[in-house]
Amino acid sequence: MFSSITADMLLAILPEIALLLLMVVVFVADLVLHGKKSPLPAWITIGGLGLTLLATIAFAQPGAQPQLLWGGMLRHDWLAFIFKVIFLFSALLVTLLSVGWQKLWYKGEYYILLLASTMGMTLMGASADLVMLFLAIETTSIPLYILAGFVTNDPKSNEAGFKYLLFGAVTTGIMLYGFSLLYGFAGTTNLYGIASGVAASGVPVPVMVGALLLVLVGFGFKVSMAPLHFWAPDVYEGSPTPITAFLSTASKAAGLAVLMRVMLAAFPSIQPEWQNVIAVGSALTMTIGNLIALSQHNIKRLLAYSSVAHAGYSLLAVAAASELGVLSVVYYLLVYTVTQIAAFAVVIVVSNVTGSDEIADFAGLHRRNPMLALALLLSFLSLAGIPPLGGFIAKVLAFSAAVQAGLIWLAVVGVLNSIVGLYYYLIVLKVAYLDEPKGEAVIAPSRPQAATLVVSIVLVLILGVVIAPWYNWAASGAGGLF
Amino acid sequence: MQIPYLLSAIVLLPILAGAVMLFLPPKNRDLIYRFALGAAFVTFLLTLAVYFGFDAAGPQYQFIEDYAWLPALGISFKLGVDGISAPLVLLTGVVIFTGVIISQRIEDRVREFFAFLFILASGVFGVFVALDMFALFFFYEIAVFPMYLLIAMWGWKQTREYAAMKLTLYLFVGSVIALVGALAMYFASGLNTFDMTLLATANFSPAFQNLWFPFVFFGFAVLGGIFPFHNWSPVGHVAAPTAVSMFHAGVLMKLGAFAALRVGIMLLPIGAQTHMWWIILLTLVNVVYGAFIAMTQTDFKYMIGYSSVSHMGLVAMGFATLDYNGLVGASVQMVSHGVMTALFFAVVGMIYDQAHTREIPKLGGLMKIMPFAGVGFIIGGLVSMGMPGFSGFIAEFPIFMGLWAANYPWIAIISVVSIAVTAAYILRAVGQVFFGELPADLEGHMHDVKPSEKLAIGILCFIMIAIGIYPNVIMPMVQHGVNAVLALLGGA
Repeated sequence: MFSSITADMLLAILPEIALLLLMVVVFVADLVLHGKKSPLPAWITIGGLGLTLLATIAFAQPGAQPQLLWGGMLRHDWLAFIFKVIFLFSALLVTLLSVGWQKLWYKGEYYILLLASTMGMTLMGASADLVMLFLAIETTSIPLYILAGFVTNDPKSNEAGFKYLLFGAVTTGIMLYGFSLLYGFAGTTNLYGIASGVAASGVPVPVMVGALLLVLVGFGFKVSMAPLHFWAPDVYEGSPTPITAFLSTASKAAGLAVLMRVMLAAFPSIQPEWQNVIAVGSALTMTIGNLIALSQHNIKRLLAYSSVAHAGYSLLAVAAASELGVLSVVYYLLVYTVTQIAAFAVVIVVSNVTGSDEIADFAGLHRRNPMLALALLLSFLSLAGIPPLGGFIAKVLAFSAAVQAGLIWLAVVGVLNSIVGLYYYLIVLKVAYLDEPKGEAVIAPSRPQAATLVVSIVLVLILGVVIAPWYNWAASGAGGLF
Repeated sequence: MQIPYLLSAIVLLPILAGAVMLFLPPKNRDLIYRFALGAAFVTFLLTLAVYFGFDAAGPQYQFIEDYAWLPALGISFKLGVDGISAPLVLLTGVVIFTGVIISQRIEDRVREFFAFLFILASGVFGVFVALDMFALFFFYEIAVFPMYLLIAMWGWKQTREYAAMKLTLYLFVGSVIALVGALAMYFASGLNTFDMTLLATANFSPAFQNLWFPFVFFGFAVLGGIFPFHNWSPVGHVAAPTAVSMFHAGVLMKLGAFAALRVGIMLLPIGAQTHMWWIILLTLVNVVYGAFIAMTQTDFKYMIGYSSVSHMGLVAMGFATLDYNGLVGASVQMVSHGVMTALFFAVVGMIYDQAHTREIPKLGGLMKIMPFAGVGFIIGGLVSMGMPGFSGFIAEFPIFMGLWAANYPWIAIISVVSIAVTAAYILRAVGQVFFGELPADLEGHMHDVKPSEKLAIGILCFIMIAIGIYPNVIMPMVQHGVNAVLALLGGA
């Protein structure tokens, strides 16, 4: 069997191999350290992720034609590649943010779990088979359940982990039932064989819609699509903040990658139906997320609801079911990942000093540290979709996709929602810039935090001004699905 | 001779200056102020070069620059000015320069104040010179959001948070609604370009134009203060610090009117012709209602704020006539009103800084103490009343001519009433504030304005008088621009 393994096949899973090796190295380092508190596991992870990212970009690029590899389990195409880069980059920044986070950051298992989850995501982005997809989703989720509850002496963190596990298990079960139906209809588990299999066996539309809804329960949970968003605020609030950043960026991106691939590959026979379902889901998601965000006092909950709303904006582009739509989602996720990580970085730096996640404790941030306040300003304005920041381009592209697909009503719902979003982002900025500071202690980021902030803020600006290269990159990714 | 990269320099210089300022040492006020003044002066010189370099016999758009931005979607960084936008570019240059001059008294967080002001200026320049619809939206939103911080952080404590939020939300609702309309145009044209000079030739179907024109027109006209979406504006004027009020009333409101013309009327001319009869009624409300409300105000800034609503109504009314004279008058009115309001707010700011009150009845006799400011205010007042010999007359007279020509005689007659009302409140304010007795509690607290502030007042007055006695300094240029607009409307 091994004789049939080619170089192509190995290069396609280069990131996964590297991540697995990295996990082993961190594991051994942790053993050698024997319980001593050392930053070594963190730095090994950071260095390893950096190398993996570079190696992936250098060697694991797909060819012009998508390839089905490993017995049809994985598809090596540009969409998968771009998402792998997003996941690795996001994991890298999150690890940088973890350095110095409370008293847990030196624990080796934290990084091993993070790497395992990242590996699951890279597989999710490339899965071309229901079985592979299910395994990838579980590989992603199970470490995240543990990470959400990682602060064992904090009841909120315990609650977060447990809640995430319970809801995750139930929704995954329902999704798996949907998978089994698809297999029954099509006689194959390969995503790219399902469409023709379903067409051949003549499954009636309502039955297919039923299967669609079951599958969507699982994906909707991952991307926090309403009405499956309810877990997000509690889990985001209770989890360690770097993990919250990871959940709201990489994990969400992975869900969207899978969602787009499965919808476009497996459900072409009921495209109008799934477009409608996603469109309604998108409208609900952004409206619910934004409206509830209005009344939040805790910055992590606010960002959680805002992240629900942003899932709605990206679903708006998914609903377009077009190349421009997929491209917009990719651009959206590029922007959103760096913006959200920048925002969480500010939250981490501030709460390290104030010991609280209340919005009121951001008071006077501008007088205490003007540069940090500027980072908050730029990241929040990008979330609000204001030029010259990346969020503006992402917003315009997503709305364009909707308008192009004739979903004018959805675009109007979207732009009105963006106003609601602007309101609560401005409220936080008002507190940071206008209110009088509550304390004297210096708020300053550590070096890794400062590096994360600088990198992500610069990227937010670049994504907003130099559009063409990113756009073309995202376009090649979208080409992988059409 | 044309200076290369002139327009991109004008657009990018302020925002880069603003970015640099954010990294200057915050304690060194003098350095920051000098840097801001220098950047504003250079910008002002560049805008002068645009204005006087514009050839009123040349092609419609001049100083064109075109750089690929996102070729896949037909987005380019395409800049150019026509006869309507060239004077507005100069206006912005004047207001940023005079605005920085009179902002010497800012004490709190000086570098952020000037940085945000300059970012705002870049946005404004960008909208005036953008020939690409995407670039226009890009800069439009850059022009709006710094207002929030400028008003909320340095504004009048009692209303600033409310005013800043109200203004921002109003303007963004308008902008995103217009954005949906713009995207609809982009896809309907099938040209795969955001270049407005090409979209103007797209021949959208009448049904399409009639549907989308109100979205695009009102989306932008919100910023022009059109009734019933005007009430963010006086509140915002009052709460804003002086330089920001100058910018806001003097330039930002023109941004709305200008974008409504450029994207609404010029790209959807049939839609404009269908809808204008009722829009002109709304502008009539602006003109008359604004003037009456202004008359009932005792707060100096509210009075000017509502007078702006009234005068900007005249701009929208001129556009709405879709007539040659109406359009010319409206275009000149944008400049005339911009300069005049900037002057008003500058003088009111100078008075408030010393008297700490803006209540008109509590002031008096200031002519003896600050004669230069008083004369400046009176000149502004004469412009506001549309007195011959000043720019207001050159602007308003053609608007009324346009109303007659477009068969709206009753509208013309009713709106002329507003001029009488304007005269009433302006003269009352002048009489109360600058003449009469100085109230006892202000005795000894008031001093003459600084020489630099006199310079600012002088520049603004000079422009209004120059246009008034020698209209040719602006007319050929504006007529050149309007002719091109009329060609799109199927006339001329």
